Amino acid sequence: MLEAYLSLFIKSIFIENMALAFFLGMCTFLAVSKKVDTALGLGIAVVVVQTITIPTNYLIYNFVLKAGALAWAGFPDVDLSFLGLISYIGVIAAMVQILEMALDKYFPPLYNALGIFLPLITVNCAILAGSLFMVERDYNFGESVVFGVGSGTGWALSIVALAGIREKMSYSDVPDGLKGLGITFISVGLMALAFMSFSGIQL
Amino acid sequence: MAKITKVLFDPIFKENPIALQILGICSALAVTSKMDTVIAMTLALIFVTSLSNLSVSLIRNYIPTNIRIIAQMTIIASLVIIVDQLLKAYAFSISKQLSVYVGLIITNCIVMGRAEAYAMKNGPWMSFLDGLGNALGYGLILFIVGFFRELFGSGKLLGFNILTPITEGGWYPTNGLLLLPPSAFFLIGFIIWALRTWKKDQIEEEN
Repeated sequence: MLEAYLSLFIKSIFIENMALAFFLGMCTFLAVSKKVDTALGLGIAVVVVQTITIPTNYLIYNFVLKAGALAWAGFPDVDLSFLGLISYIGVIAAMVQILEMALDKYFPPLYNALGIFLPLITVNCAILAGSLFMVERDYNFGESVVFGVGSGTGWALSIVALAGIREKMSYSDVPDGLKGLGITFISVGLMALAFMSFSGIQL
Repeated sequence: MAKITKVLFDPIFKENPIALQILGICSALAVTSKMDTVIAMTLALIFVTSLSNLSVSLIRNYIPTNIRIIAQMTIIASLVIIVDQLLKAYAFSISKQLSVYVGLIITNCIVMGRAEAYAMKNGPWMSFLDGLGNALGYGLILFIVGFFRELFGSGKLLGFNILTPITEGGWYPTNGLLLLPPSAFFLIGFIIWALRTWKKDQIEEEN
């Protein structure tokens, strides 16, 4: 039991890395990876939001949206799964808003550190994709919590790594046309190739 | 007239959403290993971006500023649901191949970004054209990447053999690297390089 969770955790960090194996959250991944500090802040924010939203969306999917899920309320024939996308994004936007207000009230230092990143997270595809993968792969509640933490951590790990590379890269002599975005794309490609070597691991 | 052409065609080369504005990259990389998914994705994006820009622009004076993100999100999500249901009904195999990436059009930054940056400030007709132009600019990059990946990766275009691969008795040794996702990064990197060599003003300053 525990072993299965552990292997799912490792798998979601390395083998099925959100950023480098599925290319999710790329816009923020490329835009906010100029410095390690900011990358770390955004990474932590993603882990937190991912850990909260995936289990929440699990509950919503299984107790409201799935075909026959409303049986507890006396509607066994209702299938609301076409409303999935709009409910997940609603949950994500609401969660981010609540998190922002809660942090502002109870943990001001953390709010100051993460504050500017939180609104960005609503439109980070990695978060929405986490919920969609959870539905597609039919995880149970425990698995969805583990998958949330793992996939968030994997994303955070890769953005910090990329920021580290980009900081070092400011000392290199890059051709004019490749400066900035171009060379970043190519380094992310190389990182993705490196991460593909994990895919041989069987857990 | 000049303004219309500018709004419609600027995003294609001059302010390309992928190559310059860093918008909408997630799906650009994941769906480009074959041309048919590229076409489906581009059509879906053209539909969503132009209509969301139009609708946001129509109600822009009635949306309170502090809930505008949610309002835009709801419009976009509804449009994406329409696309998703249409694909499931009429092109099921493509819908399976695109898997979660159809849903991810919601968070595709092009849609959000253009609604926020353009449609909130401009009239409906111009916003519609802006959405169309940006979706076309996005589609152009996807087409180039998809073309090279499918042609050199599996020797086919849209499923037809162009360069007959060795495995099927032909002469072309397929380049497996191009079928792997990281190759899309390299290709986009090179497209950006080419575009910026052509249009020098897009080169980024050292910071």
